[in-house]
Amino acid sequence: MKAAFRFAVVLLGLLAGAPALAAPGEVVVYSSRNEHLIKPLFERFTADTGIKVRYVTDKEGPLMQRLRAEGANTPADVLLTVDAGNLWAASEMGLLQATDSEVLENNVPAHLRDPENRWFGLSVRARTIVYNREKVDPAALSGYAALAEPEWRGRLCLRTSKKVYNQSLVAMLLAEHGEARTEEIVRGWVRNLAAPPFASDNEVLSAIAAGQCDVGIVNTYYLGRMLRATPELPVTVFWPDQDGSGVHVNVSGAGVTKHAPNPELGRRLIEWLSSAEAQEMFAGLNLEYPANPEVPADPLIAAWGEFKPNVINVSNAGRLQAKAVMLMDRSGYR
Amino acid sequence: MSRRRLPWSAWWFVLPVVLPLAAIFASALRALATPPEIWPHLLDYVLPQAALNTFWLVAGVALLAALLGITLGALVALTEFPGRRWFEWSLLLPLAAPGYVLAFVYIGLLDFAGPVQAMLRATGIHGFPEIRSRGGVILVLGLTLYPYVYLLAREAFRGQGARAMEAARSLGMSWREAFLHAALPLARPWIAGGVGLVVMETLADFGTVAAFNYDTFTTAIYKTWFALFSFDGAMQLAAVLVTVVLVLAVLEQRRRLRRRFVAATGAQVKRTRLGGGKALAATLLCGLVLAAAFILPLLQLIAWSVQSFAAEFSANYLGYLGRSLLLAASGALLIVALAVLLGYALRNARGWQAQLLSRLASLGYALPGPVIAVGLFAVVAMASNGLTAGWRMLAGEEASAFHLQGTLAVLLIAYLARFLAVGFNPVESAFGRIGRNLDEAARSLGATSAELLARVHLPLLRGGVLTGAILAFVDVLKDMPITLMLRPYGWETLATRVFELTSEGEYARAALPAVAIVLAGMLPVLMLIRSLNAARNR
Repeated sequence: MKAAFRFAVVLLGLLAGAPALAAPGEVVVYSSRNEHLIKPLFERFTADTGIKVRYVTDKEGPLMQRLRAEGANTPADVLLTVDAGNLWAASEMGLLQATDSEVLENNVPAHLRDPENRWFGLSVRARTIVYNREKVDPAALSGYAALAEPEWRGRLCLRTSKKVYNQSLVAMLLAEHGEARTEEIVRGWVRNLAAPPFASDNEVLSAIAAGQCDVGIVNTYYLGRMLRATPELPVTVFWPDQDGSGVHVNVSGAGVTKHAPNPELGRRLIEWLSSAEAQEMFAGLNLEYPANPEVPADPLIAAWGEFKPNVINVSNAGRLQAKAVMLMDRSGYR
Repeated sequence: MSRRRLPWSAWWFVLPVVLPLAAIFASALRALATPPEIWPHLLDYVLPQAALNTFWLVAGVALLAALLGITLGALVALTEFPGRRWFEWSLLLPLAAPGYVLAFVYIGLLDFAGPVQAMLRATGIHGFPEIRSRGGVILVLGLTLYPYVYLLAREAFRGQGARAMEAARSLGMSWREAFLHAALPLARPWIAGGVGLVVMETLADFGTVAAFNYDTFTTAIYKTWFALFSFDGAMQLAAVLVTVVLVLAVLEQRRRLRRRFVAATGAQVKRTRLGGGKALAATLLCGLVLAAAFILPLLQLIAWSVQSFAAEFSANYLGYLGRSLLLAASGALLIVALAVLLGYALRNARGWQAQLLSRLASLGYALPGPVIAVGLFAVVAMASNGLTAGWRMLAGEEASAFHLQGTLAVLLIAYLARFLAVGFNPVESAFGRIGRNLDEAARSLGATSAELLARVHLPLLRGGVLTGAILAFVDVLKDMPITLMLRPYGWETLATRVFELTSEGEYARAALPAVAIVLAGMLPVLMLIRSLNAARNR
């Protein structure tokens, strides 16, 4: 048995191979944005600058714990995530450092980046109202809060409150309306549901198309993708609260890690990602809106017209997220 | 040979499981000093419902999986009916289909917007039951997980059970009496092992319950970690989960009769041939389960794969497949090797230490994958940082840092921590069947421990080892969270590809890697079953 144990140890040693060492002139990225959305960009970046990019993808939670456990010895230079709440949490945990960059300050509007410059939004995701064209007169729609009114009883479909997009949305409502009014709105939504909350935006869109409900709230790129596959889908967007605070937007974005071995290269990568050349690809690959206002959106989504976004700083989504989650739990929004 | 206290060295075997658990408990205790304000919220609004849901889910899935597993296992092992030889192996195939895939397919087919309800509405039929409900999630998890019980129950019935049936019937019992009073009680250690795996997998499941938006204890852990941003609070919940499972497992083990049986040897016992109506019913039942748990979802996945093939397929797939198979094969090998060594060490041991150790070994399986992954990562990162600090003291401050994380060895150890139970349970049951008199005979002839294990035990353990290997292989193949967190840079596998696509809702595109996982999981299952049968028929 001792022999078998020794054999196992030797085998493990062989499999371990050389420890992964961060080479200079190389930037290491931890990303919760999917591989197929970032790989083409990193390849272009390497072609443009000669700087190699290594990356791992995972969910935000594990990536942040990874940074925390590695501490000062982390190989990662950049954390790239989706959702401002996650970026806020990463900076709260002290995982990111401030980056002073004129390029980024010019390319990224103020409400889409951290007030202390620890992270920068790179694409904008609009979470808006969608409706069945055959069943709803858009004149009947106005804003997120109005979906809580009795006229929408049994006509609303929502995704689960466990998805961070809805947590951010409710956090923004909290920032705007305060706790009592927001709870009223959320309770109204729950009363109006035509079906138990869905696990994905796709299911919400399918339910609206099939006539299970008439209106819902989704991120626009899910509709964009579905329309690409099925152009005759009877579902389209409505831009809510255009007389008020505007459409709820969230970001995917990036920041330089606190203990980055190569913070300069990290900064260069993020600056490059905010440039006109990269922005078209960064947002376009997933039918999102570019963060850089100079860059036009993909024609498919540009066809829905211009909208007024809510310009309250997106970091509020993080600050108020836990409160929003608790409010939704209290209101019975699953 | 008398049984003695467990040697301390045996604790090395469970170190991969114990270390991440220790890290989780450390996080949980750290949070005790400053209780997060979220606990009152969790206690008021989240945990009561989650506990209730988890209870019904575990009870329902365990019952369904046990019913299906025992019934199908007994039919296939003890009776003869048309298609039996074919069902014998094909009923295992649902093992290869991840639960979240089944969930996605069934919700897609049976929800309001799906084709079935659309067709019914077109013919004026309304009031179809809601698939996204407790019943729906129990059905899907039960269909995914019954093979754990089936595989172990079938092994038990086929060996000792069949002979016991024969003896009981020769004493005048009816078939039903013989089954209930002879075969079933003898199969109990196996069935308990299989149901134990089902319960742990159900507790740890996130993908399937998330697809149904069904809130369980595991979703509460995720909510606390990802949404309330309280990592330590999440680890406290995880520590509670682990403790409950450990207590249940130890209680169950104490209650279980530790009877040991002489090994199955000799000729295959004749099966009872079922008559016309009963034979038809048996064939129909097997066919129905197979269709619902495997064929239908596979066909749907294939249809989606065809739609998205042009967009999704690339030369990279060869690499995904190769890495998946490499990880699954080496992971399974390591898991069963450790399971055999551990089973051997515990076989001759007595006392509370041995009991605790054997239950600890299985605990990783009851925890959600990401929880055990961060626990292990914390340990590995600590070791790396220690090594780096030591190295820099010797070689100067500018020396580069060590990163044990992202090496294959650490990834494989993590699989051990998570999946040791699936290798250990079948091997432990198989050890329980080897009579102690065999050990004594071998010892008296001068056999050493190694010889005893290699030449006496291993041939008799063959069924248990192969069962454990199949289960471990398929589980590693399907694993997402551990692979994601601990893989080397740029290591994409089929499972990480599924993650990439589903995390942004590209479900149709995810069908292609999912089909590849199912097919890759089928091959070794079929190969191993052939070799099992060949060995039996020799």
